[in-house]
Amino acid sequence: MALKIVKGSIDRMFDKNLQDLVRGIRNHKEDEAKYISTCIDEIKQELKQDNIAVKANAVCKLTYLQMLGYDVSWAAFNIVEVMSSSKFTYKRIGYLAASQCFHESTDVIMLTTNQIRKDLSSPNQYDTGVALTGLSCFVTPDLARDLANDIMTLMSHTKPYIRKKAVLIMYKVFLKYPESLRPAFPRLKEKLEDPDPGVQSAAVNVICELARRNPKNYLSLAPLFFKLMTSSTNNWVLIKIIKLFGALTPLEPRLGKKLIEPLTNLIHSTSAMSLLYECVNTVIAVLISLSSGMPNHSASIQLCVQKLRILIEDSDQNLKYLGLLAMSKILKTHPKSVQSHKDLILQCLDDKDESIRLRALDLLYGMVSKKNLMEIVKKLMLHVDKAEGTTYRDELLTKIIDICSQSNYQYITNFEWYISILVELTRLEGTRHGHLIASQMLDVAIRVKAIRIFAVAQMATLLDNAHLLTGNMQRNGICEVLYAAAWICGEFSEHLENPMQTLEAMLRPKVATLPGHIQAVYVQNAAKLFSTVLKSQEGSTEGTAAQETSQLMIDRLPLFVQSANLEVQERASCILQLVKYIQKLQQKEVEVAEEVSALFAGELNPVAPKAQKKVPVPEGLDLDAWINEPPSESESEDEQPKAIFAKEEPKHSRSRHTEVDEKELARRREARKQEQANNPFYIKASPSSQKVYQESPGVEHIPVVQIDLTVPLKVPGLPMSDQYLKLEEERRQKERADKKKKEKKKRKEKRSGRGRRHDSGPESEEDITPAHMVDIVTEEMPENALPSDDDDKDPNDPHKALDIDLDKPLADSEKLPVRSHRAAKVAKSPVEDGDAENTPPSQEPKKKSSKEKREKKKDKDRDRKKSKEEKKKKKHKHEEKEEDLLGGEADEPVVQSEDTTEVVALPTSTNAEVSDLDFWLSNAPVPSNTQEAATVAATAEADSVPEATSGTAPDSDHDEPKNSELEETKSSKHKKKKQKKEKEEKEKKKKKKHHHHHRHHSDGGADESVQNGTVEDEEPLPPMSNYCLLAENSYIKMMMEDADEVCDIQGNLQDGSQVVVSVIFENKCDSLLKSMEFNVLDSLNSKLQRPEGSGPHDGFTVPFQLPPGVSNEARLVFTVQSIVMPQKMKGTLTFIVKNEDSSIHEKLDFKLHFTCTSYLITTPCYSDAFAKLLESGDLKCSSVRLEEVNMPFHHLLARICFHHHFSVVERIDSCASMYSRSIQGHHVCLLVKTSGQTVSIDAKCDEPTLLGNVLDEIKQTFSQC
Amino acid sequence: MIKAILIFNNHGKPRLIRFYQYFPEDMQQQIIRETFHLVSKRDDNVCNFLEGGSLIGGSDYKLIYRHYATLYFVFCVDSSESELGILDLIQVMIYFLVYLLFQVFVETLDKCFENVCELDLIFHMDKVHYILQEVVMGGMVLETNMNEIVAQVELQNRMEKSEGGLSAAPARAVSAVKNMNLPEIPRNINIGDINIKVPSLSPF
Repeated sequence: MALKIVKGSIDRMFDKNLQDLVRGIRNHKEDEAKYISTCIDEIKQELKQDNIAVKANAVCKLTYLQMLGYDVSWAAFNIVEVMSSSKFTYKRIGYLAASQCFHESTDVIMLTTNQIRKDLSSPNQYDTGVALTGLSCFVTPDLARDLANDIMTLMSHTKPYIRKKAVLIMYKVFLKYPESLRPAFPRLKEKLEDPDPGVQSAAVNVICELARRNPKNYLSLAPLFFKLMTSSTNNWVLIKIIKLFGALTPLEPRLGKKLIEPLTNLIHSTSAMSLLYECVNTVIAVLISLSSGMPNHSASIQLCVQKLRILIEDSDQNLKYLGLLAMSKILKTHPKSVQSHKDLILQCLDDKDESIRLRALDLLYGMVSKKNLMEIVKKLMLHVDKAEGTTYRDELLTKIIDICSQSNYQYITNFEWYISILVELTRLEGTRHGHLIASQMLDVAIRVKAIRIFAVAQMATLLDNAHLLTGNMQRNGICEVLYAAAWICGEFSEHLENPMQTLEAMLRPKVATLPGHIQAVYVQNAAKLFSTVLKSQEGSTEGTAAQETSQLMIDRLPLFVQSANLEVQERASCILQLVKYIQKLQQKEVEVAEEVSALFAGELNPVAPKAQKKVPVPEGLDLDAWINEPPSESESEDEQPKAIFAKEEPKHSRSRHTEVDEKELARRREARKQEQANNPFYIKASPSSQKVYQESPGVEHIPVVQIDLTVPLKVPGLPMSDQYLKLEEERRQKERADKKKKEKKKRKEKRSGRGRRHDSGPESEEDITPAHMVDIVTEEMPENALPSDDDDKDPNDPHKALDIDLDKPLADSEKLPVRSHRAAKVAKSPVEDGDAENTPPSQEPKKKSSKEKREKKKDKDRDRKKSKEEKKKKKHKHEEKEEDLLGGEADEPVVQSEDTTEVVALPTSTNAEVSDLDFWLSNAPVPSNTQEAATVAATAEADSVPEATSGTAPDSDHDEPKNSELEETKSSKHKKKKQKKEKEEKEKKKKKKHHHHHRHHSDGGADESVQNGTVEDEEPLPPMSNYCLLAENSYIKMMMEDADEVCDIQGNLQDGSQVVVSVIFENKCDSLLKSMEFNVLDSLNSKLQRPEGSGPHDGFTVPFQLPPGVSNEARLVFTVQSIVMPQKMKGTLTFIVKNEDSSIHEKLDFKLHFTCTSYLITTPCYSDAFAKLLESGDLKCSSVRLEEVNMPFHHLLARICFHHHFSVVERIDSCASMYSRSIQGHHVCLLVKTSGQTVSIDAKCDEPTLLGNVLDEIKQTFSQC
Repeated sequence: MIKAILIFNNHGKPRLIRFYQYFPEDMQQQIIRETFHLVSKRDDNVCNFLEGGSLIGGSDYKLIYRHYATLYFVFCVDSSESELGILDLIQVMIYFLVYLLFQVFVETLDKCFENVCELDLIFHMDKVHYILQEVVMGGMVLETNMNEIVAQVELQNRMEKSEGGLSAAPARAVSAVKNMNLPEIPRNINIGDINIKVPSLSPF
């Protein structure tokens, strides 16, 4: 064995380390792959060795190879081995490798759970850190579920280094295991106020990341973030928070109002560009959210625009870029303030940096107006000519089209100009956007009726010069334009000046080199043209001309009949037969033109792109229902197409209207419809058609005539858009001049202006209405179109799962799973052979527990009720009937609430969270006394009573009479107001604390005695009660049962941190007390569990009223995090004293005291388990001596049992061992010995602080008696 | 969120890659190639932001990079990160890497300053990862306080040394640097917004 080790280490000396590997790779540049493969073989050998150092070295090398692209997943198991090394050096290597190459489907990840858990709880913080870092990269849903609880514990680690990592990794855990979000959120929120800036920053990071995806769930955190924003000096944190606010403001415009001021202050004060930029961005977001409501923020806009201008003018390209980016956001809502910087933006178009030019282009898009559109587009056209590189030029092209076509051609005043721009754009070489241009041409020609004549003329020219466009195969992107041209010429052929010429152009042999879908359109539209030509020829000249035309068709069409493209072939042969038939008729001298043209009668209307989607499903039609029963699974594939067909059916019923005689055309229209339905290219070019062309093999052998491209690419006869610019300018000048003149003259001038245009616009003979009067045909929508449902959310978005309401209190079922074997361990020690009944509920496996839990609780409740009643009899001697009634009323809800571990909520407080935020938002930053008085006055009637001062502590209606009765007299209102004012003044003094809770307590909650069903003593005992006086005044007396016991049940931290407090209220005056509300100032460590839906500052409304002399009990649940120290909480009880004629608001302050004892649960324990526990050596020791105790030993034990929740394990004479368990599972063992009047207690516990405090409390108990 | 951090040289050779979202190895290489292609054709005097490549991210993602000496440092981030903030972070990381590598791997001291970075990156990729892990974790910025990072990295390195290290680095090199004066490293690095105090060299 020893020899093996020595041999191993000798071998090691010759192993390559990472550096050698790298050097080797660098030295084998020629045969790198070969070298690496030998290296991998070596690594495989090394991994087979027992020596962990060798393995670690090998894994380290693998990590490097992984970076070079080699798959190293085969070594996953070895990586796990290295991860589990006890040496930090190797562990780190292992985790690094794992984080680089593990992922969800790596199966060995399952094996790592326990190793990671061990590392997480390692005493060495760097082991923990390395594990957390690694885990953050490869966490899987399983790991997240299993480790969530461990990580959550680490969030409260003593070392900030661990805390910050644990906080940060929680985000990954949430993503993989969304159920953990709610249980972990309170702690995460706490970390926002962590003393360590790193931890705080991490928490901000995580919450911002969460909130970015589901902002509305985090609105309630706005006040907290606001506070952070105004107090933090860490730029990173500030940036994150400010970005977060940017996401929140759209949801809550009032938040924006509140933000403007501090943000503008930051903008003015900060020197950090990054912060400045984010501030500006958020201010913009705020302004956008306010855009409708607040007119008075022009100063802020101005400020932003100014700052952005500074950024844009900066020589730093990055600032310039970001400035433009932010500017484009302002543009959306405040275009005017940006438009004044047009010069600057146009300047950016000349920037050498392409990204900046693109940003500037984006901006231009929003800056155009009717006035400057032509000018801007002209500039852009210049850039198109200058542009190098097709990407930028294509970008320019799309931008030009976007700019012009935006919001339904809103800014185009002259469509002739636009058509000429489009035609000019067809001269672009190698653009990919022919399709885009084509669709624009089609769109304009169809929708702008007045432009058709001009458009048709232009298109005819284009068709005539088609060779210029198609000459070079590289440029075939642009030939899409011909598709549009052919269609326009065909459809609107009645406007053609010389249809014969166009027809010939469309039937040239060269057309056969075009892509199939274009040829198809050519053929179809040739037929349309043919009908037009026939009509004109038959009307005017002799039949010969018409017959010649038919002959031309018959001569040329066979070319298309041979086409490899089915679509072309089909159409061509169809039309060829038709023409042949026509020719026959012509030879018989029958007039056919009428009938032929009827083939293409009717007008096409544009259909909105989404029209199909919006066709409402007819009533009673279930698209998901099977038309026929699905026969069997195997045949389901056959069934599917059917279903699809059914769905698509409505497509064929295209809506259109005809102005022609219905009867005559009905049949033909039907035929035509059918044809169009079968022709996907009819209205729109389909991108898929390109494919068809590429696939068609027949095109290649057709000779392609190359055209010498040195010839300047000017399509003859095409108008230059510049002319329009000039014209437009002139026209406008004229118009301006005209305005001064009288109306009559104006008209004349205009006409002459138009006349001029005729001269330069080559073929625009016909009248064109003044450009801006062009009516744009709106797109058709089906009747009863459904409102748009733009549900574009990705259903696979992992963040969707995190859309969870975080304000709801945790339910019992929501807790992080605790690893099971740990629970088992716990169960072992105290009760190894205990029967089920004796088993403390906390040690039960979850499933079992719920039923039993409920039963036990009921039992307990019953006990408690009984005892309470007894007590009451003794103490107060009330009428039994009444008491029963009241007790019944009060207890029932308590039982319920216990089951859900929540205190019963009163309906009024459900909106509390909302009103909290409302209040914070509505509260002006500068609160004044008068304002508050006003609020108070207002709230006498309203429902929520904001009470907090200075906007930091939203204290919603805890003192608001929930049943505020209308019949209250004026005098009582007055009184109320006064009291409230006083109260507020007091509260101002304690400004910093925000929460009030219920628990009334006199200081140092000491004298106690209880009936706690679990005391195991047979001997008669002096009566004991755990109730102590909380507070008392002339109206009411509150007794509290010292925070008695934990609600339960599973050794789970989640539940294990709850404490239930029973408070008895006794009415001492002779008026009715009602609307009692408890409130306690939550501390970081302990929080009142508030009813569902209420905010962190709301009170708990006592669910009963107290008639004179009556007392009743309410139970409250507190969540406590750390139980090792006693706690004090301040609280207030507010209530209304109602007399016959008036009601007065009163309040009572109290202090709640949680002793450490209250965190202990009486847990029976058997002596052998007890002995084992003591032997285990995990427990720390401590002891205490009590002098002068004058009571029998069994009384002493009973007192300890009763007051401190211990149970006796064994008692031998004057010596007894006792056991108790804390709600978080700490074991506390006592050995009590007595000799004379001296009692010595030796104690052991796994938590020394807790033990010390418990002993102190025991000492105090006995010092008082 | 940061989706990926890539460091590669002028020839597109990866020097350090860190993906915070899983991609198979061939995809990773493809992303590196694409990113390199996008970044390398840009002049040095143009802005450092790029709308994301097609492979990684999508419209929400940006590439933020810096070209330093022979290396490109590229961060792929989404819109929750501040562009300028990340730039600062990269800048700081560069100086910081140089500084730390300087301190830890003295063997390369005889090389020229500019190249320390790339060579060390090549030979000590693992170490650089460890440094990076203290700055960014799981795609989120963990720590921006440079002193804190330096302290943590040094403590961990010391721990490794106490365990004998992986390859037991030659002790002489360590002792050689003990008294060495490092004039090239400025005491105060002021980059844009973030003012870093370079911590004084702690003795080994």
